[in-house]
Amino acid sequence: MRKSTLPGRLVLTAVFAFLYLPVAVLVLLSFNESGLPTTWTGFSTKWYGALLGNEKILGAALNTLIVAVAATLISTVLGTLFALGMEARARKSGTLEALAFAPMVIPDIVLAVALLSFFSKLNVKLGLHTIIVSHVIFDLAFVCSVVRARLKNFDYSIVEASRDLGASGWTTFWRITFPSIMPAVIAGGLLAFTLSVDEFIISFFTAGAGHGSTTLPMQIYSMIRFGITPEVNALATLIMGVSATALLLSQWLNREQRL
Amino acid sequence: MSYNAARPNLLAAPAVLWLVAFMIVPCALILLFAFFERGVFGGIDYNFNFGNFARVADPLYAGIFLRSARIALTAAGLAILIAYPAAYAITRAPASRQPILLFFAVLPFWSNYLIRTYAWIVLLNREGLVNNLLQALGYHGEPLSMLYTEGAVITGLVYNYLPFVILAIYSTLSRLNPELIEASRDLGAGPVRTFLKVTLPLSLSGVAAGGVFVFILSIGNFVTPALLGGGRFQMVGNLVYDQFLSANDWPFGAALGMVLITLMIVLLMFQAHMTARASGETKGANADA
Amino acid sequence: MTGSMNKKPLLTIKNVTKKFGPIAAVDGIDLDIYENEFFALLGPSGCGKTTLLRMIAGFEFPTSGAILLSGQDIAPLPPEKRPLNLMFQSYALFPHMTVRQNLAYGLEMERLDGQEIRRRVDETLASTDLSELADRKPEQLSGGQKQRVALARALVKKPKLLLLDEPLGALDKKLRERMQLELKRLQHEAGITFVIVTHDQEEALVMADRMAILKSGRLLQVGSPEEIYEAPSDPFVANFIGVMNFVKGTMDSDGSFSAGDYTLRPGNPVKSGPALLAVRPEHVSIATDGQGLAGVISDIAYHGLDRVVHVRTAVSDAPVQVRVEADKGRGLDIGSSVHLTFNAEKCRAFDAAGSVTATEKEKI
Repeated sequence: MRKSTLPGRLVLTAVFAFLYLPVAVLVLLSFNESGLPTTWTGFSTKWYGALLGNEKILGAALNTLIVAVAATLISTVLGTLFALGMEARARKSGTLEALAFAPMVIPDIVLAVALLSFFSKLNVKLGLHTIIVSHVIFDLAFVCSVVRARLKNFDYSIVEASRDLGASGWTTFWRITFPSIMPAVIAGGLLAFTLSVDEFIISFFTAGAGHGSTTLPMQIYSMIRFGITPEVNALATLIMGVSATALLLSQWLNREQRL
Repeated sequence: MSYNAARPNLLAAPAVLWLVAFMIVPCALILLFAFFERGVFGGIDYNFNFGNFARVADPLYAGIFLRSARIALTAAGLAILIAYPAAYAITRAPASRQPILLFFAVLPFWSNYLIRTYAWIVLLNREGLVNNLLQALGYHGEPLSMLYTEGAVITGLVYNYLPFVILAIYSTLSRLNPELIEASRDLGAGPVRTFLKVTLPLSLSGVAAGGVFVFILSIGNFVTPALLGGGRFQMVGNLVYDQFLSANDWPFGAALGMVLITLMIVLLMFQAHMTARASGETKGANADA
Repeated sequence: MTGSMNKKPLLTIKNVTKKFGPIAAVDGIDLDIYENEFFALLGPSGCGKTTLLRMIAGFEFPTSGAILLSGQDIAPLPPEKRPLNLMFQSYALFPHMTVRQNLAYGLEMERLDGQEIRRRVDETLASTDLSELADRKPEQLSGGQKQRVALARALVKKPKLLLLDEPLGALDKKLRERMQLELKRLQHEAGITFVIVTHDQEEALVMADRMAILKSGRLLQVGSPEEIYEAPSDPFVANFIGVMNFVKGTMDSDGSFSAGDYTLRPGNPVKSGPALLAVRPEHVSIATDGQGLAGVISDIAYHGLDRVVHVRTAVSDAPVQVRVEADKGRGLDIGSSVHLTFNAEKCRAFDAAGSVTATEKEKI
C-alpha cells in the first residue's frame, strides 16, 4: 500500500524530462518548415520528402536493412541454440558463461579494430558481408540472454512428461519446448534487429572504403560531423520510431503468456 | 537432465565456433600485434618487443589515459547521483506502475546512440536551443559556447548511459526485503539513518554494476568525444581510432586496446565480487529453514 | 475472568478500525492486554490479525479508534519512537551485519555508549544461547538460529511489549515444538509482555496465557485457552479450536435438545427453535446398550494412543468423530451400525443465528 510521494514524483519528472526532452526537441524540429532550431516557421513534412529524394540516404537505408535482417536471422538461430545448449548442461561452464557475456561488455572500439585487423590479415574484402558477420557476434549474445531468461522459468517436468507420454526428443522439442520459448526467441530477434540497425562503430571499421557498404548510422555520422541539417532530424525521428516500435513489440511478446 | 537435451555441447557449438572465430581469434591477433612494431611504410614489422606498452606510459599518452579516466569517472559518478534517486522513486511507486516507469526509463537506451548524441549538438551549439532559451530569458551577452567542451562530453555520456544505471540500481533496490526497512524503523532508526545504514549498503552492488558499466563504455568511447568534444578532447577511444584509421600504427593501437580490455576485466571482476557478496546477502535475508 | 482483571492494562485497543479502500481489515476491535502476559492473536489468514499487529507497531495507521500504551496514545508516534518492538515473520535480519551488529543496531539508535551496548549485547547473546554465533552473518545461520537472532535483537532493547508475527511459521514441526517452549521460557525470564500473531491454534493453546480469536476483522472471543476450548462463544470459534462435531436439532423450551430420536440437556440452554449442538470427540462414546444417536461407521483412523471413529448420522453434515482408546476400538468395523451418546454437560448449544456460521465454516 504505497503512495507516490511528492519528492518521488519531482525526481521522476525531472529525470524523465532529462531523458526525453532532447529527443523531443529533435522530433519537433523535424517538422519545422524552416529546418532551423532558432525559429519555428510552421509545420511541414518537407524534410521527410527530402529524405526520399536523397539517394545516399536511401542506399544506406537499404544496406542497413540487408545487414540487420541477415544478422538477425543468423543470430536468432545461433543464439537460441546456444541458450538451449547452455541451459541443458548439468553443470554451468565458466568458460561458456564468459564467452556468452563477453560480446555484451567488450568495448566496441576494441572489437572493431580486432575485426578490421583479422579481416585484413586474411585478405577478406570488406563489405556488407563482413558487417553482417561482425554484427552476429553481439546480436547472438543478446538473443542468448533473452532466451535463457525464459528457459530459467521453464518447467522441465513438462519435457519429461512429453517423453513419458511417448514423444521422441525431436517431437518434444517442436511440440513442447519451442512453443514455450517462442515469444522469447522473437523478442530476442527484435532486440538483435534494433541493435543492428543502430550499430555504428563496428560497421564503420568493417565496411571498408567506398560508399557501397555505407549503413544509415555511418551516413548519419558523416552528416552530423559537419553540423545540423534538417534532414538528419527527420531521419532521426524515423529511426527512433522504428526502434521504439520494435522494442514495444518485443516487450509485449515476452510479456504475453508468461509462465 | 541429460536425456531431454542429449547433446548440449552440440547445440552450443555453432555459436561457440562463431564467437571463437570472429571474437576470440581477432582479439588474440591484436594482442599479438601489440608486441610488434609499425613498419616503415605502415604495415607491421614482426619484431617482438614491449615498446608499445612502454609508449602507453609516455606522458603524452598517459595524460590522455588519465583525462579519459577522469571524464569517465565523473560521468559514472554523475550518472549514479541522478540514477539513484530515480531508481529509488520507482521502487516507491505503486507496484502496478513500476514496470511501466522502468520500461520508459530504459527505452532511450535502446534507441540510436548517434541520434541521442546529436540531440545534444542541437541543444548546446551557439545557435542552439539552450542559447535561444537564455536569450528569451533576457540574457544578452555573447552566446555561450557549450558545445565542444569537456562538460558537453560528460553530459553526453551521462545522458546516454543513465538508463542502464537506473535499471541496475532499481534491480537491487527492488530485491530488498521491505521488512528490513521496517525492522530498522522498529529498532529506533529514523528514515534518514535507515537509508544510510540499511538501504544504501544493501544497494551498493547495483551502484557498482551501473558505475562500472558507465566507466568502461565511457573510457573506450570515441563517438561522444568526436561529436561533442569536437576532436579537441581526445580520449582513449579516439586514440585507438586514430592509430588504425589515420596514423596507421596498428601495433600501438592494438596495445591501447589491450590496456582497455585489461582495465575492463579488472573492473568486471570487482563488480562480480560485489554481486556475489550481495547475492549471499539476499539469500541470508530470506529466512527459510 | 482471571487475576489479570485487577491489573492495569499495558496496551489498550479502543474501537480500532482499519479500512483499505472500502474493505475493513480490522473492524471496531476493543482489547486490553496486561503486563507480563503471553497473548495470542489467533485467526485464519485474512482475519486482520497482522494488520492489527502492524498498527500497534506503527507501520499502519488506524482509520479510527485509539491505541494506548500504558495509558498514552501512541498514534502520533512513528515506529522508531514507540517503546515496543516487532519480531518480523521473515526475521528481517540485516544481511550485511553480523549477529552482534544486528543486536547492537537498536541500542546504537538509543545512543547508548559503546561499553553499555557491548555489555547488553553480550548478556542477551548469552541468554539466547547465541554467544558462539556472534560474528556470523545471517546467511551462515540455520532457520532456527535466525529465529533466535531476530528474537534477541528485539529483546536486547528491553521493550515494554514485544510483538511477534508468526514467529515459528518458517520452522519445521520438530523445531517449532521446541521453540514454543523456548519462547515461553524467555518471556517468563525477561518479564516482557509478548503479543504473538498466529494462525496455528495448537501453537496458541500451548503458549498463550490468553488469546483472542479474530475473523473478518472482528473479535469473536477473548479468554484463556481453557475457556475458549471448553466454552466457545460461537460455532466458528468452536470449530477453529481443536476438533468439533456439530449436530443439528431442535431446542425445546424446557432446555432439552433433540436430534432425531436422541434427546439430552446441554450445559448451556439457548432459546427454543432450530439449534446446533457442538461436542468434542472425547465427549462422545459408543453405546453398548443400543441407546442414543444412530449411525453407521464410515471410517476408523488409528492414532497410536487412540482411535478416531467416524460415524455418519442423519443429523450431521460431516460424520461425528468419536475418540476411543486404541484397544477398546478393536471390535469395530467400517459399515456396522452403532449408537452414540454425548456427555451432556460438555455439550454446547448454539441457536439458529449461530448455526449458519457453523455450516458455512465446515465447508472451508
